[in-house]
Amino acid sequence: MLIDFNSEKPIYLQLAEAIEDNILKGIFEEEAQIVSTTEISVKYRINPATAGKGVNVLVDEGILYKKRGLGMFVSAGAKRKILEKRRNSFYEEYVQSLLEEAAKLNISKEDIVKMIVGGNEIEDNSDKGSK
Amino acid sequence: MKTIQIKGVSKVYGRTKALDKVDITIESNRIYGLLGRNGAGKTTLLNLMTNKIFPTEGEIVIDGETVLENDKALRNIFYMTEQNLYPEGERIRNIYKWTKEFYPSFDMEYAKGLSEKFGLDTKKKVKDLSTGYASIFKAIAALASNADIVLFDEPVLGLDANHRDMFYRELISSYSESPKTIIISTHLIEEVASVIEEAIIIKEGKLILKQSVEELLSGAYIVSGEASRVDKYIQGKKCVGIETIGSFKSATVLEAVNNRDEALSEELKLEFARAELQKLFISLTN
Repeated sequence: MLIDFNSEKPIYLQLAEAIEDNILKGIFEEEAQIVSTTEISVKYRINPATAGKGVNVLVDEGILYKKRGLGMFVSAGAKRKILEKRRNSFYEEYVQSLLEEAAKLNISKEDIVKMIVGGNEIEDNSDKGSK
Repeated sequence: MKTIQIKGVSKVYGRTKALDKVDITIESNRIYGLLGRNGAGKTTLLNLMTNKIFPTEGEIVIDGETVLENDKALRNIFYMTEQNLYPEGERIRNIYKWTKEFYPSFDMEYAKGLSEKFGLDTKKKVKDLSTGYASIFKAIAALASNADIVLFDEPVLGLDANHRDMFYRELISSYSESPKTIIISTHLIEEVASVIEEAIIIKEGKLILKQSVEELLSGAYIVSGEASRVDKYIQGKKCVGIETIGSFKSATVLEAVNNRDEALSEELKLEFARAELQKLFISLTN
């Protein structure tokens, strides 16, 4: 889990995403307890209210739930919920910025597709072409 | 409750107005950053809250009771001063014992543990401490005081990066365990930006702003790119912190992040970034 204090994203949202990442990777398993808000705030040096806000975003979405007196747990089905949500925002979050960067570098959409299909083939082709 | 109300407070020294009709309500159990340039009146405000000096006008009330000559109210506040007010020849461990006399809930074990963690030798006398260790010792006393309200005036003065980091983490963990009202007066703005919940900014004795850091940062953003295109984008918008390096320009736009003109920025090939508290502070207090 990493937090980038210079990122455009508010800290609490970054924190929520970092917890989601850990659920997707299976580091936090469903029905298992996650670290406390206090541990999170101390580790990342963030105000406990900010940490609480990040955790509450996930509680509201049903990804985490509170057990009174015990702490925070990962809901059953949390992984599937996160996958659905992330898939829906994949285009905006990743594809769009990929296309923007590619436009800056004069890389065509066709070249991007070639890269995705064949790894680093583009450079190899240009080498062959110059010989 | 650990609410502090500062009502129309002014402090005049001869012909200088150190504070000018300041009204602030400090909510209980939050961490505040008190920010201002040198001579803005930060220490004066903290001194007034702790009855070290008296206001020329107005009053300060804690949970409904005036702090003026009110020992009962003052026992709930611990004030870590920037200046050393402890007897120079006294040993640190004795000062911890005294502190316990004034603040019965002072946690001696915690103070000892922290001293060890920071490498502070409690057998040393106050006068033998370096600037950094003098700050560490005072900060430890404040953290262990368990007072309802804890005021820190430049708590990390002279501390190296590791010790500053340790201090902030201890502060957060002690606050999480037993919530209290905390005010940190500091010049190291970016360092406390994520630690504090609200910022109080004063300039030349006047309150300029009191707002949650998150709100403050979501009310501004940085736009950068080719100078003439940035100019085009920021036309008619309120901007601060405009910097030009060659034909590259960046500006902090004072507009909600949600209102950014994404289409225009794409057309002009500009980039957005999160505003920095320090940059906003500089522009607000300049």
